[in-house]
Amino acid sequence: MRAFVQRWRGPEAMATVTEQTLPDPTFHLVEAHSHEHGAGGGTLLGFWIYLMSDALLFAAVFASFGVLSSAYAGGPTPREIFELPLVALNTAILLVSSITFGFAMLAMEPGKVRSTQAWLLVTALLGASFVAVELYEFGSLIAEGATPQRSGFLSGFFTLVGLHGLHVTAGIVWIFVMLAQIGQRGLIVANKRRLMCLGMFWHFLDVVWIGVFTFVYLLGVLR
Amino acid sequence: MDQSLSKIIFGRLSWESIPLHEPILLGTFIVVALGGIAVLAAVTKFKLWGYLWREWLTSVDHKKIGIMYLILGIIMLVRGFADAVMMRAQQAIAFGANQGYLPPHHYDQVFTAHGTIMIFFVAIPLVVGLVNLVMPLQIGARDVAFPFLNSLSLWLTVAGAVLVMISLFIGEFSTAGWLNYVPVANLQNSPGTGPDYYLWALQIAGVGTTLSAINMVTTIIKMRAPGMTMMKMPVFTWTALCSNVLAIAIFPALTGAFALLMLDRYVGTNFFTNDLGGNPMMYWNLVWIWGHPEVYVLVLPAFGIYSEITSTFTGKRLFGYSSMVYATVVITILSYIVWLHHFFTMGSGASVNSFFGIATMVISIPTGAKIFNWLFTMYRGSIRFELPMMWVVAFMLTFTVGGMTGVLLAVPPADFVLHNSLFLVAHFHNVIIGGVVFAMFAGMTYWFPKAFGFKLDEFWGKVAFWGWVIGYWVAWTPIYIVGLMGTTRRVSHFNDPTLQPWFVVAAIGALIIGVGIIGFVIQVAVSIKNREKLRDTTGDPWDGRTLEWSTSSPPPFYNFAFTPVVSDLDAWYDMKDRGYQKPSGGFRPIHMPHNTGAGVIISAIAMVMGFAMIWYIWWLAALSFVSLIAAIIIHTFNYNRDYYVPADEVEQVENARVRPAVAGA
Repeated sequence: MRAFVQRWRGPEAMATVTEQTLPDPTFHLVEAHSHEHGAGGGTLLGFWIYLMSDALLFAAVFASFGVLSSAYAGGPTPREIFELPLVALNTAILLVSSITFGFAMLAMEPGKVRSTQAWLLVTALLGASFVAVELYEFGSLIAEGATPQRSGFLSGFFTLVGLHGLHVTAGIVWIFVMLAQIGQRGLIVANKRRLMCLGMFWHFLDVVWIGVFTFVYLLGVLR
Repeated sequence: MDQSLSKIIFGRLSWESIPLHEPILLGTFIVVALGGIAVLAAVTKFKLWGYLWREWLTSVDHKKIGIMYLILGIIMLVRGFADAVMMRAQQAIAFGANQGYLPPHHYDQVFTAHGTIMIFFVAIPLVVGLVNLVMPLQIGARDVAFPFLNSLSLWLTVAGAVLVMISLFIGEFSTAGWLNYVPVANLQNSPGTGPDYYLWALQIAGVGTTLSAINMVTTIIKMRAPGMTMMKMPVFTWTALCSNVLAIAIFPALTGAFALLMLDRYVGTNFFTNDLGGNPMMYWNLVWIWGHPEVYVLVLPAFGIYSEITSTFTGKRLFGYSSMVYATVVITILSYIVWLHHFFTMGSGASVNSFFGIATMVISIPTGAKIFNWLFTMYRGSIRFELPMMWVVAFMLTFTVGGMTGVLLAVPPADFVLHNSLFLVAHFHNVIIGGVVFAMFAGMTYWFPKAFGFKLDEFWGKVAFWGWVIGYWVAWTPIYIVGLMGTTRRVSHFNDPTLQPWFVVAAIGALIIGVGIIGFVIQVAVSIKNREKLRDTTGDPWDGRTLEWSTSSPPPFYNFAFTPVVSDLDAWYDMKDRGYQKPSGGFRPIHMPHNTGAGVIISAIAMVMGFAMIWYIWWLAALSFVSLIAAIIIHTFNYNRDYYVPADEVEQVENARVRPAVAGA
């Protein structure tokens, strides 16, 4: 009751402070706070938020492509330049790479270092083939005269698809960095956390690609 | 041969890039260079390099990072204010035959740099700085979720600011307005380096701001003290949360718009060009999808500061806490669907304009609710009119006028008349100065003792206060009037001599604001000199209500030896009420992050890359890009990120700082 009546004031506290005052559990968490030691809940949440902001970057570029999607300026139209079989192949490669990344995560859980590394390597190679096919497509378009400078539509196309390709390239670099780090330290908690972030990133790029495939290629050819 | 070799090595950089023929710039350069040399010499003479590097540049302590953000904001405020005075002086004399002293091309750079600097390198660093300094303390945390990222965010922002400053002396800055509007900023209309300086500076700083926002949101969601539910969070923390969520939602649009404009300028694509299918208005839409919510990114934490101060200095719990929270959230959402009111004249049609006009007007409802909450908090409170509270009252009187002219501008037919007029310019200075800047001074005065352990001097604080408040009204009332009469913005010369008296009064107002700025600088200097007299030994100099006042001033680097347990909205007031006693024994090891220089190094490389790209020095750009990626990858190989502060070290620190804080007073 006295505690309710007497408000805390600096000078009055002086008398009691000479005694050793142990932390009062009403006011303090006496046990060591453990939020930083878990499986990195903060890191995973932070990475999710980053992915959402990245999704908005894609949204801005998608919207710009949408505005310019029929600004041909007398140049080539989607129907004339898109080769759907090639894009279908590329889509298949990227989707399979998401499955192989899933296998890497399944191997990571029980701590199988070799198998995790192998599946990561397969994923990176699939990613590299995806980028290679995309570069081939870009190359042949430019050779035909369908360059990014030719029209607003082509600017939007190269930028949107290229932005996705750039993300995949960054993902591949990240995979190789992770391969080295797993090789150095094994599947420690920090590396598992990083692999989970990398996994989210890789699957996110898959989702974005489905948007690109649908809105840029399929709807483009229908126009 | 010689020419082409120099092109390879220096790109388009040459001796002509340095504006030796402009006496104003030359004079400024000499002053800045002498000042810089003096600072560097002083640091060397007093052997402070090691101290600066160890204790500040590499620090991951959120309090130090917050203080460095604030210092950056104040320095850039002086630069932005110098631009403002130049514009006011030009407009006060440039009538009829007198062309003034600034040629139009220079004047265009000055107004572009003023707006860019004031928003990106003054308002954002000041707001981010206060959030960094205070928010983790308010939620009872020991640091932010990602301490290294915090350091990186700061130094990326600094890198952007340095690029803007370099543009003053090497080359030129953009002339396309503070959002670098196309078609002026297109390559064919601005072939120089101006828009490139703008784009690289803001892209680099923008990455920093986005990362910082992700960091703050994660911190608030994950690291609150036990017992602090969402509806027990201090209002400042709530506004920081909403502001940073909003920043995450809008900065990608700005990054995207700038990236597309960069492609237009560097690769020759046709996003915002006038031919081959480009669409300049798309740029306006993208940048204003960022731009309008950005106003709320800045003003929401300002509202949070006013709320904390009102409640503390009236000695009462904040009136209508939950309505304050809901108002904040509603403003956050609405601010995302009003951007088109910046260009009603685009011609998007009556129905689109009506939607955006009404959405804009609706924002005034939650904002008005906030004003009433502050008034009802003050009603029958025992108000202490100390400096922070004076800023709050000045804010309420000033900001309400700005809000009302905003509602006026939200009416599309009225906006067709007032679009691009000085009335609009007066409106947004009214809300930014009256809302954000006053809040920054209120917040810095309020939390200064927490950050440094002593209060700010009262007399010079009042000089700063009256300088700003009187200066604001003298400077901007005439601009409202000439704007309403139809004067347009971004004009360096007028033909109608009857307008001149208004601009002379406005220039006098700018000088009075100058008194306010100088008053603040003197206030800080005088307070440092008299720090022993002004010292706060209690840790709670204002009889505060939230957790930041429960630790010593300045707090130990780990903030709290024991994580506080929260059981009330005004957590610290409640703890004092229930007879709280600071523990002086039973300490445990504390988990803390290591300092790292990676943030400074990565940002420095990013700055060099930006400079190389601006000047087409391709080899250096490629080299710095590769080094940038390498530096980031090398940093990821550092697994030794944190350590435990041993219990006896905690006890030593507590005995040295926290216990005298309780015992002293």
